[in-house]
Amino acid sequence: MTKLYELFWTFFKIGAFTVGGGYAMIPLMERELVDRRKWMSKEEFLDTMSLAQSMPGVFAVNMATAVGYRTRMLVGAVVAVLGNVLMPILFILALAVFFRQFSDNQVVECIFMGIRPAVVALIAVPVFNMAKTAKISWSNFWIPVAAAMLIWLLGVSPVIIILVAALGGFVYGKVKRRREVGK
Amino acid sequence: MIFWQLFYTFLKIGIFTFGGGYAMVALIQSEVVVENQWMTSQEFTDILAISQTTPGPIGINTATYTGYTAVVNAGYPAYMGVIGAFLASFSVILLPFMLMMIVTKVLMKHKDNQVLTDVFSTLRKVVIGLIAASALLLVSNENFGSPTESTFRFVLSLLIFVGVFVASYKFKKSPIMLILVCGLIGFLAYYKW
Repeated sequence: MTKLYELFWTFFKIGAFTVGGGYAMIPLMERELVDRRKWMSKEEFLDTMSLAQSMPGVFAVNMATAVGYRTRMLVGAVVAVLGNVLMPILFILALAVFFRQFSDNQVVECIFMGIRPAVVALIAVPVFNMAKTAKISWSNFWIPVAAAMLIWLLGVSPVIIILVAALGGFVYGKVKRRREVGK
Repeated sequence: MIFWQLFYTFLKIGIFTFGGGYAMVALIQSEVVVENQWMTSQEFTDILAISQTTPGPIGINTATYTGYTAVVNAGYPAYMGVIGAFLASFSVILLPFMLMMIVTKVLMKHKDNQVLTDVFSTLRKVVIGLIAASALLLVSNENFGSPTESTFRFVLSLLIFVGVFVASYKFKKSPIMLILVCGLIGFLAYYKW
């Protein structure tokens, strides 16, 4: 039986030693979960990954939930998630308290004046990267553009956009399949 | 009561985040900056910079930091902010956590679900728009400087923006390195010796 502290420690490492978000964790996860601990096969890992990507929430936490649950049910899921987020939360908290005291500091302010435009650019990059993987073409180009304009210009809440898109995808799939059957 | 609002808001953010950390950033921005106005767009940008350069999932880092900042901005002492930080992370995880367990359990029995595939393929396209909107919302005088007040800062901001975009998109440079370099540029360019 998988030991709980092994589960905790494995996800602790994955959470604490990867910078740059959930997807940066994939190589380390694969090495730890598949090669080292042998908790799942390569195929199971890929399946779990696509599931964790399509479910709502944070990708890395979803991975921890699924792997923890597969090995030790509810307790395993809780332990794996805790391991995954503990270090990042403590680290961020320390920084939050620290920066609060230095937010009026002139050096800190100058540094952040240089960083802010960079952050905006770093958020624009995944837009173009994701457009490739989501198979954006001339025929469905309007979907992300319309979503962006509704939020940006009209102040529509992203939550509403998500709900409409989910319903739209459901109906579109049904209609498409019915037509295919008709032919 | 700020804690109740924080709980409810981050519960909502968690369950409506599809497509990774940046999608969550877009939702946090909409809820925390636009809807509830717990912080300014500039504060949020600074939080993003720190969340991207520290270990851990960006969604969790941003939730933790915004939870802390929202409570402290509302006038509570720092230890209440710490509670806010834990509460935000907990709430953002809670619903996806439960859902993920249920789905794992079901999928251990039967695989592949056509309805899910349909819904997710549309969601993925919309999420791109969500993230684009979040980038557009951050293009502000606060973050870039205004062209009339300080032309130097505005032009330098544009250069940084374009440079970082190309370096990240074309040359796949690490975000951490880019943020550190831009911090140095900011210090050298703006500090009054």
